[in-house]
Amino acid sequence: MTDYAIEADGLVMEYKKGPRAVDGIDLAVAPGEIYGFLGPNGAGKSTTVHILTTLLPPTAGSARVAGHDVAKDGPRVRAVIGAALQEAALDPLLTGREHLRLQAALQALPRAERGPRANALLERVGLSEAADRKVRGYSGGMKRRLDLALALVHRPRVLFLDEPTTGLDVQSRTALWEEVERLAKSDGVTVFLTTQYLEEADVLADRVAIIDHGHIVAEGAPRALKAEIGRPTVEVLAADDADNERVGAVLARFGEPCASSQGAAVRLRSGETDLADIVRALDAEKVTVEHLELHQPSLDDVFLAKTGRSLEGAGSEEREAERRELATEAA
Amino acid sequence: MNEAFADQVVLLGRRSVVRTVRQPANVVFPLVFPLLILAVNAGGLDAATRLPGFPTDSFVAFALAIPFIQGALFATMNAGTDLARDIQTGFLNRLSLTPMRGVALLTGQLGGVVTLGLVQAVVYLAVGLAVGVRLESGPLGALVLLAFALVVSLGFGALGAFAALRTGSGEAVQGLFPVFFVFLFISSMNMPRNLIEIDWFRVAATVNPVSYLIECVRSLIITGWDAEALALGFGIAGAITIVAVALAAVSLRTRLTRS
Repeated sequence: MTDYAIEADGLVMEYKKGPRAVDGIDLAVAPGEIYGFLGPNGAGKSTTVHILTTLLPPTAGSARVAGHDVAKDGPRVRAVIGAALQEAALDPLLTGREHLRLQAALQALPRAERGPRANALLERVGLSEAADRKVRGYSGGMKRRLDLALALVHRPRVLFLDEPTTGLDVQSRTALWEEVERLAKSDGVTVFLTTQYLEEADVLADRVAIIDHGHIVAEGAPRALKAEIGRPTVEVLAADDADNERVGAVLARFGEPCASSQGAAVRLRSGETDLADIVRALDAEKVTVEHLELHQPSLDDVFLAKTGRSLEGAGSEEREAERRELATEAA
Repeated sequence: MNEAFADQVVLLGRRSVVRTVRQPANVVFPLVFPLLILAVNAGGLDAATRLPGFPTDSFVAFALAIPFIQGALFATMNAGTDLARDIQTGFLNRLSLTPMRGVALLTGQLGGVVTLGLVQAVVYLAVGLAVGVRLESGPLGALVLLAFALVVSLGFGALGAFAALRTGSGEAVQGLFPVFFVFLFISSMNMPRNLIEIDWFRVAATVNPVSYLIECVRSLIITGWDAEALALGFGIAGAITIVAVALAAVSLRTRLTRS
């Protein structure tokens, strides 16, 4: 019996006449962990989720969820997982409450428990007032929250969320993050979360796997991944332009100077602990500082270092390539 | 049948009915359109009753069979389109992740179609009686007629479900509608087969199974108890149902690719 909530060994998914959507993925997620699966569109995130949730049999490799093999023991896997897939799969003609009651019945909850469970979940995701309205009138955020509530009906131990905040406004996104965090920290639910948002993976995930073209190119805690590829930089703008040269000289004591669009910048030799010393040194030089900013390396920098491309542009590049391919086929 | 399974069937059937009822166009159109066609035909083709050998002197009574088949077709297309929408939106994936049995989904879906088909049949019958049609087979014949409408709804409903599950496309299901309508028009819908003078049309109507579905209903209305018409009607409707349900079940198994 494995100790991991989710485990995959050499997972492959190859479509007929298509590319390898998933190309040898190995991963292990501990119970109660929030595991971020970060990558551009078409990287293989959703295919991996479909395999792990038993909706798609892998072409090769194996995976276990809560100790059960996803290919051989589907019903046991499904009994312990909840999933909110990429599309908020809801019936626009049913109300939020009807969705929850249907889901509770299909999950074989005792009849007496269905109503209270539906009410509790509606309350939890803030949809009590909208519970008896048809879903077609819900906003994108409300649909996503209902989707999450539906995934939680049978109290799953492992939760799969496939791009749960795509298309949501900042407020809805933050609310969903809080709920996911609460599930993991308070209820001990293991969360496997795919996202194309750097910030989401950074803020929410205990560990992140960066996936590109079906491969995991980097894996670890966000802070460790960022530390692995570089040290932070400090950028300073003097109040008086004439002082910028002196600022550059001060900063050079703390690391290698680097390009700055406004004043002067330095890549810190000893990391962010130098920051206080820099401020003191500038003060000693009697430089009035208008702006000082510490830049931490981002997960995008990690993606760039590992793949040679920026994550934020990768999806659109791939979509553009797909469009060109389709246009060529059509011609 | 255990309690959990029965529960699943009832809930999925209820969902099928509820969402149809919440789309007024899906309720009104299958109810009203066949009755409008009946009214137009009854007004325009009434003179046909004066043809020697025409089986009744009331064209309304003769044509009342048509709405039963036409309405079932409309309802079927709508039900198939709804199921295809479930596939397109990923709702079927959501259902796949529950312990729901595939047969419960199919039974619930078809249960909803049959319930609505039955309601439609009651309305058509009530309208027929209200405009003066007298059922030659009596009250028991009305019950047999409703039972037949139920079997036809089930068969056509299963065909719609099969098309939806096979293609996963609402447009593809809607595309079947004209095909079914052609079958309806080249049947004995407007004229008894023995009175059709154009040879190819008579042959087409004779080999067309829809003719026997219509003639089964018609026999209960204008003839009384016609064992041959009833056997052919129920036999063909039953065969369509068995084949369509089997095809839909196989397609559902393929569609639910969960391990």
